[in-house]
Amino acid sequence: MIGYMDKIKEISERILKEGKVDIIVGFRKGSLPMMNEPCVVKKAEDVKNLVWDSNCGINLVNYLTNRKEKIGIIAKGCDTRNIVTHIVENKIKKEQLFIIGVPCTGMIDKNKVASKVDSEIIEVTENENTIKVKTKTNEIELNKTDLLQENCSICVHRNPVVYDELVAELIEEPKDIDRYASVKAVESMSAEEKWNYFEDLISTCIRCYACRNACPLCYCPTCFVDESRPQWVGKGQDKSDIRTFHFLRAFHCAGRCTDCGSCERACPMGIKVRDFTKKLEKDCVELFGWEAGMTLKERPPLDEFKLNDPEDFIY
Amino acid sequence: MKVVKIDKENWAEGIEKIKESYKVFGPSKSKEFHLFKELEKGEAPDLNFLNTRLSPKSMFFPQSEGILCYCLDPNKKDECNIVKEIQKDYSPKAIIGIRPCDAKAFTLVRPNFDNEEYQDPYWIKAYDSITFIGLACSNTDDSKKGMPCSSCFCTSAGCGPFNEEGLDALIVNTDDGYIIKALTNKGEEFLNKAELSANSNADELTANINTLKKQAEEKINSFVETDKLKDKILLDLHSANFWDDECFACINCGTCTYVCPTCWCFDIQDENYGDSGVRFKQWDSCMYPLFTLHGSGHNPRSTKVQRFRQRFMHKLKYYVDKYDNGIQCVGCGRCIRLCPVNIDIRKICNIMNSYEPAA
Ligand code: SF4
Ligand code: SF4
Ligand code: SF4
Ligand code: SF4
Ligand code: SF4
Repeated sequence: MIGYMDKIKEISERILKEGKVDIIVGFRKGSLPMMNEPCVVKKAEDVKNLVWDSNCGINLVNYLTNRKEKIGIIAKGCDTRNIVTHIVENKIKKEQLFIIGVPCTGMIDKNKVASKVDSEIIEVTENENTIKVKTKTNEIELNKTDLLQENCSICVHRNPVVYDELVAELIEEPKDIDRYASVKAVESMSAEEKWNYFEDLISTCIRCYACRNACPLCYCPTCFVDESRPQWVGKGQDKSDIRTFHFLRAFHCAGRCTDCGSCERACPMGIKVRDFTKKLEKDCVELFGWEAGMTLKERPPLDEFKLNDPEDFIY
Repeated sequence: MKVVKIDKENWAEGIEKIKESYKVFGPSKSKEFHLFKELEKGEAPDLNFLNTRLSPKSMFFPQSEGILCYCLDPNKKDECNIVKEIQKDYSPKAIIGIRPCDAKAFTLVRPNFDNEEYQDPYWIKAYDSITFIGLACSNTDDSKKGMPCSSCFCTSAGCGPFNEEGLDALIVNTDDGYIIKALTNKGEEFLNKAELSANSNADELTANINTLKKQAEEKINSFVETDKLKDKILLDLHSANFWDDECFACINCGTCTYVCPTCWCFDIQDENYGDSGVRFKQWDSCMYPLFTLHGSGHNPRSTKVQRFRQRFMHKLKYYVDKYDNGIQCVGCGRCIRLCPVNIDIRKICNIMNSYEPAA
């Protein structure tokens, strides 16, 4: 994907100069290995600061709303699906956007990389299919495909769904991927095992809400956990309150989550919060034949009533 | 004060001995990272770590801490409508393996909880019940991970890999043993209770420590500039034009404040269930909109840029001005490593330090 960089800069510079957009939302180089920082570019001469590689995992759609300018956004497959969701939910109008579409080959999970080496990572350089990891004691080359974020390794919508211009030819979407293997593994557990699984999953949660804030779907002016009149959920570290947060967050994303992985990536405690949303994604596919953010013509199933909606799971 | 060097073979035995006199806490790896936890019988602190994911501040400043409880049940005559203090465990505790930056951080925090005007009894009693046994950030064979790490900037943040402030004793992990230097009476007492048979040629060991200290300090290659912060005009910095650009990526998640050893903000909450309830202290963060929301509905820090600015102004300007005790940051680097969008306090600090308002 680093090969996209020149094209991204070329398009960004051109549309800024032509006045098609006022700003570009993209990434600039971060200060740590495998970290880039979301940024806004306002002038054509600053386009040189933009970067694109496999460390651009945070969903940029978060940064689009409540702005007045005409926005150019560098968007990979999942980002464009969240743009679609935003458009359908009236959060933004397509006319306000110029979508620079990125056919994506997946984002790197820095925790996975860290687990491959036994001392601190000093520098990571990326090639097309491999990355070179330099630690204090060692230097190794690893295959990018082994290091992808879990959601990226099972992603079948890498190509942008909507775009104004592409940075490269569309790529072939992976086939024969079992996207729901992890969900099935949990589904096959006994009730007690499931309980223990989820208790362990969230046992280190500090309720910082990074998962919520990194998600473009979580745009409520006041989140239910922050509401104080009345207060729906306790603020403390009581387990039932932590569970309540996780369950409700996930349900709010049902039929809207694009499995972009931003939530999981943001969690400082490495909690696999997608375990919750992934199940709801599977249910939406199975029950409603629905995948989030694939079309501008329909609303998510939980937003809508249809006479033929399945109801045999309602008790 | 006592300086001893003990064989690594004797270490586990000493730890067990110590558990007779203290509740012992130490770094322990669960899942992918280290956190401080109470060590079970037979469990020694795992000293092979860079730094713990969270600072150990929750040992005396828990994320949620019940302080008072009450009962509204008229049938319980002796208790009804009476607010009671919640009884807590202030028995002696030892925390082994705390990094020097965290220990120093708590000395920066103390004036907030313990000053002439106000004393927070919960914080003070809990803090004072702990003996802090630090672990110097030196590079040894069994810590190939290599301390200090590249995002540590303690030496320019008023601290350092062998800094002693806030510690009762300091452990230096060397290839052939642990050198332990007592720094306070509490630290001496700890050493005595551990009954470690040890070599204690104080002069030689001190010289040894000093060499390792110098080596460790030289390894730190990340710095902040803070020398001009104090002389800056507060309102110039507050109205500076860089905040908008720097805050763009921030998602106001609060992670940086929760993981930080020097962040001290908390809220008071009441929770009621049926006829009883509890009042508790609860970590809060200036990054959250609710932090400053008034009862009237007005919010003086309603935008992201205001909240973002508050975090850095507090740490790097208000604290500096108020306490004249350096910045409210010890350079542990946690906020940098764990920020999901790579906001870097080193960069912000340097921008603030070099900021000149347009003439
Ligand atoms: S989920 Fe798909 S489109 Fe999104 S970053 Fe991963 S591979 Fe790319
Ligand atoms: S980001 Fe992680 S630690 Fe924070 S609330 Fe979400 S799951 Fe919990
Ligand atoms: S819930 Fe997580 S995976 Fe789903 S859209 Fe939000 S950030 Fe992306
Ligand atoms: S951790 Fe980063 S994104 Fe989160 S509030 Fe702090 S600076 Fe902002
Ligand atoms: S501000 Fe960041 S670097 Fe400084 S003490 Fe807090 S977490 Fe550590």
